[in-house]
Amino acid sequence: MAERGTLRHAAKNWRVLMGGALLLALVIAAVFAKSLAPYDPLDQDLSAQLAPPDWHFAADAHPLGTDSLGRDVLSRLIYGSRVALTVALVAGILTALVGTALGLAAGFFGGWADTVISRAVDIWSSFPPVLLSIILVALIGTGLWSVVAAIVLIDWTRFCRVVRAETLKQRRLDYVDAAIVAGLTPGRILWREIVPNILPLALVLLTLEMGIAVVIEAILSFVGLSISSDAPSWGGMIAEGREVVHEAPWVLTGAMLVLLATVLGFNILGDGLKAELDPVLR
Amino acid sequence: MSDDVLAIENLSAAIRNGPTLLHEISLRLAAGEVHGLVGTSGAGKSMIGRCVLGILPAPVRVTAGGIRFLGKQLVGLSERDRRAAGASLALIPQDPLSALNPSRRIVSQMTDVMRLRLHLSHAEAYARALAMLDEVHIRGPQDVLRRYPHELSGGMRQRVLIATAFACEPRLIVADEPTTALDVTVQKQILRLIRELQRKHGTSVLFVTHDLGVVAKICNSVTVLNAGRIVEQAPVADIFLRPQDAYTQALFAATPRYDRPGDTLRPLPADFA
Amino acid sequence: MLARRILLRLLQSIPTLAGVAVLTFVLVRVVPGDPVAMMIPPGADDAAVARLYAMYGLDKTISQQFLIWAGQALGGNFGISITTRQAVTGLIFSRLPATLELVTVAAFVAVALGVAMAVIGTRFAGRAGEVVVDGITGFFLAVPDFLWGLAFIVVFGVLLPLLPISGRADPTQASGLSTEFTLIESFVRFRWGITTDVLAHMAMPAVALALPLAAMIARVLKSSLAEQMGQDYALLSRVKGFSRWHVILAEALRNAAIPTVSLTGVQVTFLVGGTVLIEKIFSYPGIGSLAIDAVINRDLPLIQGLILTFAVIFILINLALDLSYAALDPRLRHG
Repeated sequence: MAERGTLRHAAKNWRVLMGGALLLALVIAAVFAKSLAPYDPLDQDLSAQLAPPDWHFAADAHPLGTDSLGRDVLSRLIYGSRVALTVALVAGILTALVGTALGLAAGFFGGWADTVISRAVDIWSSFPPVLLSIILVALIGTGLWSVVAAIVLIDWTRFCRVVRAETLKQRRLDYVDAAIVAGLTPGRILWREIVPNILPLALVLLTLEMGIAVVIEAILSFVGLSISSDAPSWGGMIAEGREVVHEAPWVLTGAMLVLLATVLGFNILGDGLKAELDPVLR
Repeated sequence: MSDDVLAIENLSAAIRNGPTLLHEISLRLAAGEVHGLVGTSGAGKSMIGRCVLGILPAPVRVTAGGIRFLGKQLVGLSERDRRAAGASLALIPQDPLSALNPSRRIVSQMTDVMRLRLHLSHAEAYARALAMLDEVHIRGPQDVLRRYPHELSGGMRQRVLIATAFACEPRLIVADEPTTALDVTVQKQILRLIRELQRKHGTSVLFVTHDLGVVAKICNSVTVLNAGRIVEQAPVADIFLRPQDAYTQALFAATPRYDRPGDTLRPLPADFA
Repeated sequence: MLARRILLRLLQSIPTLAGVAVLTFVLVRVVPGDPVAMMIPPGADDAAVARLYAMYGLDKTISQQFLIWAGQALGGNFGISITTRQAVTGLIFSRLPATLELVTVAAFVAVALGVAMAVIGTRFAGRAGEVVVDGITGFFLAVPDFLWGLAFIVVFGVLLPLLPISGRADPTQASGLSTEFTLIESFVRFRWGITTDVLAHMAMPAVALALPLAAMIARVLKSSLAEQMGQDYALLSRVKGFSRWHVILAEALRNAAIPTVSLTGVQVTFLVGGTVLIEKIFSYPGIGSLAIDAVINRDLPLIQGLILTFAVIFILINLALDLSYAALDPRLRHG
């Protein structure tokens, strides 16, 4: 038993460390974009269009090549992390707040609130999310904040479903009854007794949701429904890279690998956190 | 004795990296004999049956000892050899509902084993299935063969399973609490049926149960188990008249006696339960 | 019996379709953005502009527009696409077969791969094989189909140029086929050169769509297989002398399939949704890429027609799903 426990502990740490390291790189890139990027991401160098990656570290070298307007791919990738991180944080946290609040309400109060919310979750989740996000953004208009709004509107059900189930479980435990007997108001019981027990679960979901949000933003940029195509974003770079994939595969490859690393970072961290926080697994 | 059908010698089994489930179990079973394995749940009685049949759950391993069946050592065989050696083994399972595949008709569940083990043709296997259903006193066997398990009663399903177990003339049958899931009236019929077929075919039976009343009705000898250890092993008459071990005595005290209706039942003391 | 059940389900789906029709019609018209304004040439006079609005019926009230549209729609006429000036019905029908074939191939790959992974993971439960299978499913699940598609383009389209990265068939080859079901028709007419070509074009988009679904199927199926393998009938079958492979495939798989089938149904509708993006990535001429272009160009008649088409597909998938339960579980056949 002891041996198995140590193994699991090591695996969990390995995951949290690796996911955390990938995401730390993302945060550093986003925060220090100005000093890290060798070029201005919008600078066009028409004498060096579609230049291949150049590893000679000369002053005017493009380590990851340039795109069709001669813009430096590495710099655009670094600045693109700002969009990704913004969407991950803002859309992720808003989605978590909306979904968790509705899930708590449905699970704790039950009755018609539960009926309405659960029904909405069922209807919502029967639509393919990608199709829904494209239609939503087309309806509410393009731009970063529309993308955030679309993500919240689509993905709140992920939190709602899980939080509701967990709240129902907690609600049935004796300590909630004890709190009611002790005369605590429902609001206090929710805040003091139930929310702390929901929190670890919500944290894991939030980590996974951030990864999903980054992908949805990239998809909408790729389709041309997010921020303008001049501003550096990974999805936009993917769309451009797809056009010139035969002449300059590095544009698509770079953006794809960065997006892949980010998605895997959130997923690995989420799995690691789940293993660490889940009392059943531990 | 070399003419024993089954000889278990100092068998130990454990969960990998975990607790030991069976401690040095030894028992012998002669041809045509019925041997009871008794104990509370978790005592390891079903685990012994599973060791003999070679269907241990994935994390459980035999750690020491051996199982001789018809003179052949079963422990340590490859899975393929093990399957070949199991041709004269059969199982009557505990829950007649879950022991029949809900999506297959009775006929295919009875005949598949005959076709595999006895190499019978379709028609031969069908004829044998009919004959076996007749032996377990099922009326309208053609109709029963056509049905799905959910269309039969619990007692009927158990009869089908008994017929299947005896179909390939096994030398040893492991009966794993075959009456636990049934009504009391059906229980008696099923016990009588197993006894009847076992005598007729000269089959040895390893009878796993927690019910001492059942042991008294059907077994020749019995092994009492507690926490994976043998606490007592004796012919049935001896154990019922002179239980030696405190645990066995406690088991008796917790068994309803039809012959002494006035007695109060005593629960198993906490250190045994 | 079966025919009645199908008919009943189809009748039940009529109100759903009507609801979807009304909802999309209203939504699409309420939101800001003027599709016709995009088409007006600079310097056009007011009368010409008014004629253009009248041509698409946009000069009437929403309820009038809806009645006109619904009346025509019942007769199979969904109006004229604003951007391509083709009839919406014809446009959708010319693109639909490509998507249907892609989804079918993708679903087939996903089921085959998912079942294979679940069966292998179950066979080697508690051993290294299971750990490997769990690792692969975790990875397939973490990476969305969008990224799989892009990765395939880079790896199998550019680095090792094995497969074509766009389109549905080699345009230099005259197909001479009479339907748009190119894969099926070329196969049954023994034009296997075309079949191979179409399959090569389909391989990357189909597998990209299939991998996350395969992983999901593998997870659910593996856990219900584990449950079935613990049932007495599976143990009994092993005692009878059948190998683990036989017990998994011939006994447990069918009973374990039911929860998986219900998951697969929902997920296949998501697969249809996923074609929107994957078709765009691979420039595959189906209704998915058509939908994206329609949304970006605000092509109202086309958007409506497409949403209804998707709704019909979803309803049919659910119907097929419902019928397959009865085929799998004899207990549900009479009831």
